[in-house]
Amino acid sequence: MQTFFVWSDVMVKINGEMKDASGKSIAELLEALGYSSQRVAVELNVEIVPKARYSETFVKDGDSVEIVRFVGGG
Amino acid sequence: MIPTREEIYSVLAERHGAELQKKLFSARTAVCGLGGLGSNIAVCLARAGVGHIRIIDFDRVDISNINRQQYFLEQLGQYKTDALYEILKKINPYCEIVGTTVRLTEENIPEILASEDIICEAFDCPEAKAELVNCVLERFPEKYLVAASGMAGLSSANTIRTRRITKRFYLSGDGESDISEGTGLLASRVMVCAAHQAHKVIQIINEDFKEE
Repeated sequence: MQTFFVWSDVMVKINGEMKDASGKSIAELLEALGYSSQRVAVELNVEIVPKARYSETFVKDGDSVEIVRFVGGG
Repeated sequence: MIPTREEIYSVLAERHGAELQKKLFSARTAVCGLGGLGSNIAVCLARAGVGHIRIIDFDRVDISNINRQQYFLEQLGQYKTDALYEILKKINPYCEIVGTTVRLTEENIPEILASEDIICEAFDCPEAKAELVNCVLERFPEKYLVAASGMAGLSSANTIRTRRITKRFYLSGDGESDISEGTGLLASRVMVCAAHQAHKVIQIINEDFKEE
């Protein structure tokens, strides 16, 4: 007997954790997770997402997103 | 008497190995921001015998920098590029040091960093850090980038680490300790982070910069 898991939502790996990202744009994801878009760099499947495209880049099932957050000090 | 180029080179090669020293000597690096991170990174690289270091900052040495940056009191008021140039030349007079006194922005980053292979982000302002990192990753996918986030305060120095984000992008720091919360920056913890960055640069030079 086989068991099938059907995800009803879009599951995306964000900084190593599986999250229900429901087809959000990068801009929406950042806002929902409480990041300031001026203080991050975002990689989608190991490729940099240009800042100008945060609103038009949507995550899909199986994507991996890495949000690098910069804090002050140096 | 200042030792000759050959004397210094041979002492370095003896300690680091001839093969690594050759790679270090032909490496092209840039340090963006010459504060607690950048001044310490540049000193590590010069001591290791890295052949070319571009040092970039718009600011002057201030009395509030002395707690963690490499400068001396007699250098107060000097441009950090000039003050650090002097220090690095005293460590290794045969290292090519290029000072660029400018505030880096999206507009001038591509031109200023075009001829460098390994870039260190060493700013203090989070927006400036993000701007540089995004610009380098977008414009120069072939370059190596070593950035930092989170080295303020008194937490354990052991939480500072370096991880690889993508193939050519590394991040040092604890990722959390913000200058705006609490103790500020101490030389001990900032230098741990700077040393992480400098060490990653040297590893990159060793592994990936074959002679051409």
